[in-house]
Amino acid sequence: MKTQSQSTATEIETAPSFDVQRIREDFPILKQKVHGKPLVYLDNAATSQKPQAVIDTLTRYYLGQNANIHRGVHYLSEIATYEYEKARGKVKLFLNASDSREIIFVRGTTEGINLVKDTYGRKFIGKNDEIVISAMEHHSNIVPWQILCEEKGAKLRVIPMNDRGELLLDEYEKLLNEHTKFVSVVYVSNSLGTINPIKKIIQRAHERGIPVLVDGAQAASHLKVNVQDLDCDFFVFSGHKVFGPTGIGALYGKTKYLEQMPPYQGGGDMISSVTFEKTTYNVLPYKFEAGTPNIADVIGMGTGIDYVTGVGFEAITAYEKELLKYATEAISNIEGVRIIGTAEEKAGVISFVLGTVHAHDVGTILDQEGIAVRTGHHCTQPVMQRFGIPATARASFAFYNTMEEVDALARGLGKVKEIFGA
Amino acid sequence: MSGLNELYQELILDHNKNPRNFKKIENADKLVEGYNPLCGDHYTIYLNMDGDLIKDIGFQGAGCAISKASASMMTTAVKGVTKKEAEELFTKFHALVTRDVHDNNEANIEELGCLGALAGVAEFPARIKCASLAWHALHGALNSEDKAVVSTEDSKMD
Ligand SMILES: Cc1ncc(COP(=O)(O)O)c(C=O)c1O
Repeated sequence: MKTQSQSTATEIETAPSFDVQRIREDFPILKQKVHGKPLVYLDNAATSQKPQAVIDTLTRYYLGQNANIHRGVHYLSEIATYEYEKARGKVKLFLNASDSREIIFVRGTTEGINLVKDTYGRKFIGKNDEIVISAMEHHSNIVPWQILCEEKGAKLRVIPMNDRGELLLDEYEKLLNEHTKFVSVVYVSNSLGTINPIKKIIQRAHERGIPVLVDGAQAASHLKVNVQDLDCDFFVFSGHKVFGPTGIGALYGKTKYLEQMPPYQGGGDMISSVTFEKTTYNVLPYKFEAGTPNIADVIGMGTGIDYVTGVGFEAITAYEKELLKYATEAISNIEGVRIIGTAEEKAGVISFVLGTVHAHDVGTILDQEGIAVRTGHHCTQPVMQRFGIPATARASFAFYNTMEEVDALARGLGKVKEIFGA
Repeated sequence: MSGLNELYQELILDHNKNPRNFKKIENADKLVEGYNPLCGDHYTIYLNMDGDLIKDIGFQGAGCAISKASASMMTTAVKGVTKKEAEELFTKFHALVTRDVHDNNEANIEELGCLGALAGVAEFPARIKCASLAWHALHGALNSEDKAVVSTEDSKMD
């Protein structure tokens, strides 16, 4: 008895704090070979892979739970409704929202931003008003606001950044004035990896009573998000980047704003009564969820969230920090490499250019080595313009990536140089 | 040769590094921009025509090795040929880079001379747009009045 308990204690002490090999077992796709080489998946900022648990959830749903929700008294409908609403509760806990009614299911980050633009924006933003975004926004946090500005005669103002890819907070403060009606900023940049000082950005806006939307698409898989602590007014993310299915995401909004906002789309579920003379809208969150939602993927997203929270953000953040440090060193040691985005606070994203070799060619050669990276402008063309480059290659990490995979990337880049004589 | 070695063969790397006819033609009769919004490849092609004859051609811009080498080779292939001949070359070239690699048609490659060096692109479907960007632009220029912009996303072309 005694020896046994002793050995357990030592095991715990010496066990690696993060068992990446065990985690990899949960992601069947990672066992795959590509062009005869083991897959090295470094395109996690585009979408993450799915653990077996998420795949099983989807299968289980369609095998034994499928029904429409909120409209049946029969057995399956009750189960489906229960599972769907349970997932809402998981998202609420995941973001630390104070109330499940503040969680609205949408198709993803893009739809979440468009929802706020179409409802809050259309109602509260008018001629000569100003909307502030940043120089590192994804197109999905630029174009909707441009459309609104066009429609209303409002103006888009942009927080500039320095050469490391950090927002200039002093410049931000100068942008805020009596015309500013909304601030919409990315938490973690998908093309630079920068983690923005989002809490400060929110505080400065709130000092002037301006609501803030946070694009959390990249943050949700890397950082523990706490919307109450951030005090953001809206927060959006996509399930597919947090180990869940595609086609689903969530919008968090403070009740006080959601209640003032008109509905997004009209249809079933978003009403409480309809006559030809008058329709009364449903309560939160249903007012914003017209029609049959993406039930299976909502439930799948809930499982993805269970999975990451099971691994634990403390462990994830610590491990990814090591991984980023190791990868930054390995990549910047390669002659000719220039890393784009060298902020003090960064998540696991490394964008780079390699001499005069175009990112597209880098991508093709790495792919032949089984290494998946993204090449191009990453839906952030203004970022490319800011750095005067047409495109970058981008390696983006998840907690299932390993140091060995970083080594493979470095070897692959060696091969690129060999082919191009660079 | 196969795969990467065929794609990035000497001739292609050379055209990428030292593109031919890489010049702006002042007072060009025709000017067209070829643009791939997905990857940012962007070229301007300048043409001087003598009736139906391509008297001079130049291009400028930036993009990946495949798109640049292809543009460069194209200029050498179509300089001094008629519009009709250029269009025929485009058709053959397009067939070459979009062919099913499993029933390799060598005869076609021979016919195309140096353009045949791009045959390897067919094995990399993601890169077909790169190889054909300049050709689509040329096609646009030959069939437009004077100025045009051709984007690879306009017509789902490849
Ligand atoms: C920072 C950022 N915002 C928004 C999006 C858009 O997300 P989705 O395409 O899932 O709507 C992405 C994903 O590409 C992103 O990285």
